Amino acid sequence: MKFEKNNYKRYAKQHARRSPMGKNCLAAFLSGGAICAAGELLYHLFSGVFRFSEKESGLCVSLVLIFFAALFTGIGVFDKIAKHTGAGTLVPFTGFANAVASPAIDAKSEGYVLGVGAKMFTVAGPVLLYGTAAGAVWGLIFWLTARE
Amino acid sequence: MKKRILIPEVSPAILGFATVGGKREKEGPLGEAFDLIDTSDRFCKKTWEKAEAEMQRLSLCKALEKTGKKATELDAVFAGDLINQCAASIFGLVSFPAPFFGIFGACSTLTEGMILASLALQSPGFSLAAVVTSSHNCTAERQFRSPIEYGGQRSPTSQWTVTGAGAYLLSARPEAGAFARITALLPGIALDSGVTDSSNMGAAMAPAAADTFLAYFEENGERPEDFDRIVTGDLGEEGSSLFLEFLEQNGVRNVKNHEDCGALIYDRTRADVHSGGSGCGCAGTTLANRYLPLLQNGKMRRILFAATGALMNAASVQQGLSIPGIAHLVRLESPAAGKEEVWS
Repeated sequence: MKFEKNNYKRYAKQHARRSPMGKNCLAAFLSGGAICAAGELLYHLFSGVFRFSEKESGLCVSLVLIFFAALFTGIGVFDKIAKHTGAGTLVPFTGFANAVASPAIDAKSEGYVLGVGAKMFTVAGPVLLYGTAAGAVWGLIFWLTARE
Repeated sequence: MKKRILIPEVSPAILGFATVGGKREKEGPLGEAFDLIDTSDRFCKKTWEKAEAEMQRLSLCKALEKTGKKATELDAVFAGDLINQCAASIFGLVSFPAPFFGIFGACSTLTEGMILASLALQSPGFSLAAVVTSSHNCTAERQFRSPIEYGGQRSPTSQWTVTGAGAYLLSARPEAGAFARITALLPGIALDSGVTDSSNMGAAMAPAAADTFLAYFEENGERPEDFDRIVTGDLGEEGSSLFLEFLEQNGVRNVKNHEDCGALIYDRTRADVHSGGSGCGCAGTTLANRYLPLLQNGKMRRILFAATGALMNAASVQQGLSIPGIAHLVRLESPAAGKEEVWS
């Protein structure tokens, strides 16, 4: 059979059914927005009812969102929700918590050191590394330019 | 040109089989045909890898039980799966006192094993061989994709790895009650598809599948309509349409009797499997659950069956290498067909 792989690669890509972009964007917008609105409500709860400072309230909101994302990952429903919400659950803290909790659950079968310990950050690790590195670079620029 | 079809002097008979599956497979159109099902997908084991090994063990035990054979009668076992170093096969079958060959052909393992077993059965010392394959959705996800509970969206071309195992017993001697005879073999040639997208494996395997079938039709002069079905392993919806386009471009037009195990195993309107099923367990269970009973009772007389494989690993995909495909083909005939000349 005559076969030219470069042409075929292009053709196969063109032939493939696309993800429903409009529907995915709308679902992400609504679900992500709902999570952020819930975060805002929590913020007002912490600052208004419990009289936490601005910084403390923000921190508590993150903790609550992380807790629930990890809990839902653990009981096996996060992936079922995220299948529909996509970037809506990925972008806020929830996606990050899921990215740490899910490999940890998976790796339990290889033990707590070489499994959970070593593999917990396989998905979130790059974000931590490059996030920290970018923070350091930005800090350096800030330090250099902020001086008189 | 060098001939690619091998006609075995002794046509091995498929004496029996057994299939094992999980929850989604039970809910599929062929769910009733499985011998053993565990809807927890766990098979009473603590890890997914052990569960897959257990599925292999159970399938071979059940196949031996159904045919009334003993493990000590086996002259060879050919087994493969998708876990690194064929771990499910070795740990599942280590308790069987039979010569063991671990093989890897990705999702084409079933027919790769059948071809190797058929060749082995041509030797006078070999009379009974087993072919066992398996895949488990969770072991495959862990190895090739993301953690099981990771929340992401899959592309429409992606396929769902089947949780299933199939064991087949092949005999060099024609025996009563056999399901089918293997009358021709066509080992596949790996073909680099150029496709680098690991969530479009149907497209990666379609050229190799077309190459194998076209080689058969060209060399033998037969056409798809000379068979009850021409069957591919796990091209899925996406790969099947590309496969038929390749046949069309090469002069094999209007193919109406093509079926794909990946497109058959799940109800795609309900099961959220996107392009269809995949994995060694896809062709590995569907051959037994759908085709062998029809061949045995003569409702089908001849089929061409090629399991298809996408040959890659996680590192090759990350390093940007394109995915070669492969398709190994066997011709299966009803024990009733042509009995006089071959079986006397």
